[in-house]
Amino acid sequence: MAMPQIKPVESGAPEIAVSAKNISKNYGDVEALKDLTLEFPKGQLTSLLGPSGCGKTTLLKIIAGLLEPTSGIVEVNGKAVTGPGPDRAFVFQDFALLPWASVLRNVAFGLELRGVGKSEREDIAAKYIKDVGLGGFEGSFPHELSGGMRQRVGLARALSVDAEVLLMDEPFSAVDEQTRRKFQEDLLSLVQNENKTFIFVTHSIEEAVYVSDQIAILLPRPSRVSDIIRPSDLRTKDVDNIRRDPEYLDTVDRIWALLRTYVE
Amino acid sequence: MVVFGYRLPGMSSLLIWALVWELVGRSDMSFFVPPLSEVVTTLFSIIGTAAFQKALYETAYAFVAGVFFAVVIGVPTGILMGKNRLIDELLLPWVNIFLSAPLTALVPVLMVLFGFGMKSIIITTTLFAIWIIILNARVGVMQINRSLVEMARSFGATPWDAFTKVYFWAALPEILGGVRIGVIRAVKGVIIGQLLISIVGFGALFELYSNNFLMAHFWAVLLVLFALAFTLSEVLAWMERRLSYYSSKR
Repeated sequence: MAMPQIKPVESGAPEIAVSAKNISKNYGDVEALKDLTLEFPKGQLTSLLGPSGCGKTTLLKIIAGLLEPTSGIVEVNGKAVTGPGPDRAFVFQDFALLPWASVLRNVAFGLELRGVGKSEREDIAAKYIKDVGLGGFEGSFPHELSGGMRQRVGLARALSVDAEVLLMDEPFSAVDEQTRRKFQEDLLSLVQNENKTFIFVTHSIEEAVYVSDQIAILLPRPSRVSDIIRPSDLRTKDVDNIRRDPEYLDTVDRIWALLRTYVE
Repeated sequence: MVVFGYRLPGMSSLLIWALVWELVGRSDMSFFVPPLSEVVTTLFSIIGTAAFQKALYETAYAFVAGVFFAVVIGVPTGILMGKNRLIDELLLPWVNIFLSAPLTALVPVLMVLFGFGMKSIIITTTLFAIWIIILNARVGVMQINRSLVEMARSFGATPWDAFTKVYFWAALPEILGGVRIGVIRAVKGVIIGQLLISIVGFGALFELYSNNFLMAHFWAVLLVLFALAFTLSEVLAWMERRLSYYSSKR
């Protein structure tokens, strides 16, 4: 997928699509998140990166409205989040497909739940199935697909509801390495072409640096945002050259230096 | 099973047991065991009779009605228990008690409460079947993949949509497993009901034949009953396998 790699030059500070303000989340006595504040610029991809147990998935689910914070507030386009809403769509780590439904119905399921008529939602779903490269598999069932293809179904489902914010919970961790690389490239062009805000949870430093406009490093005990890293020039590079760019390598090293003390 | 290089079809071992039965019957060892061939002949002769067909109709009616209520009440109750902690705490002890209770002992109480007719028989059948259906539906709902539940919520499913489009289907293999065992128990329930409450249907035939020492008739009715129960159970097991094929591949 050869895509133009140049973004329109931003004038001043980018618009903020999602902001998490002073979020705390306790499970009994355990503090999963403590007074966490983070902003997600519109049209960009922000990664939440950190060792396991740092609360990155918890934060993502709070933004999704699936979990309620103990204190603090999440705002999407200035409006406070009180639960799941049509402005956000979720991509699940284990795909979360309906095993008894075809690819077409699975992709259309988000629209089905929103009450979109059958022929309309299936037209939309068919378009996104083609977009994610699954044309011809509309009638297949999830168990007939590989892990990578299943995640493409999950992605198509999230895209087809046309939410402004896409929340991705380690979406590529359950697929094999080659598929993951292809996914990462496709994700870059997705961020370019769709005017959406992406929030991306990962535990892979390389993946975060490769796909992100902004990386939030989360550290555990108590969970907090330790650093925000913005790889400045990588997004203007060709996808094939990012992995040998000095800035890419430096950023990966820098993040590893931050994280290494927290890895048991 | 393979014998002398020939692949035998399933259940061919039944032939051996049929042969044993025939031999025991012919040896006149016991008055109570007539030869199988005689039982089968009797079977065909009584199938056409009005008494048999009336018994079949009465039994089928009570059975279908009993199973119907057990499923229609049991499945939603089980799903609710699996989804709601409070309802679960309230009902689970009773479900477990009734599951293991000797329900036959309860039948006289039912007779007092609901009279000596069809109503009591249907309720007995339901009581035999419903508890395992509730328990299986509950377990089925509790083991639904967490992220399927979150998926439904995150795409804005109403509780009703989540119930009918996700939870029910995700729990369907377990629900059907419960229904299959429930149906087998319902066969017991309907016969016990017919024997204890009012002497109708197959229960009446059993009474009639055993009191008059018509053993071939007795065994013929029993064979029909066994075959019906077994066929029902196999059909449900087949449906269950077809379904788990889809839902186990998560």
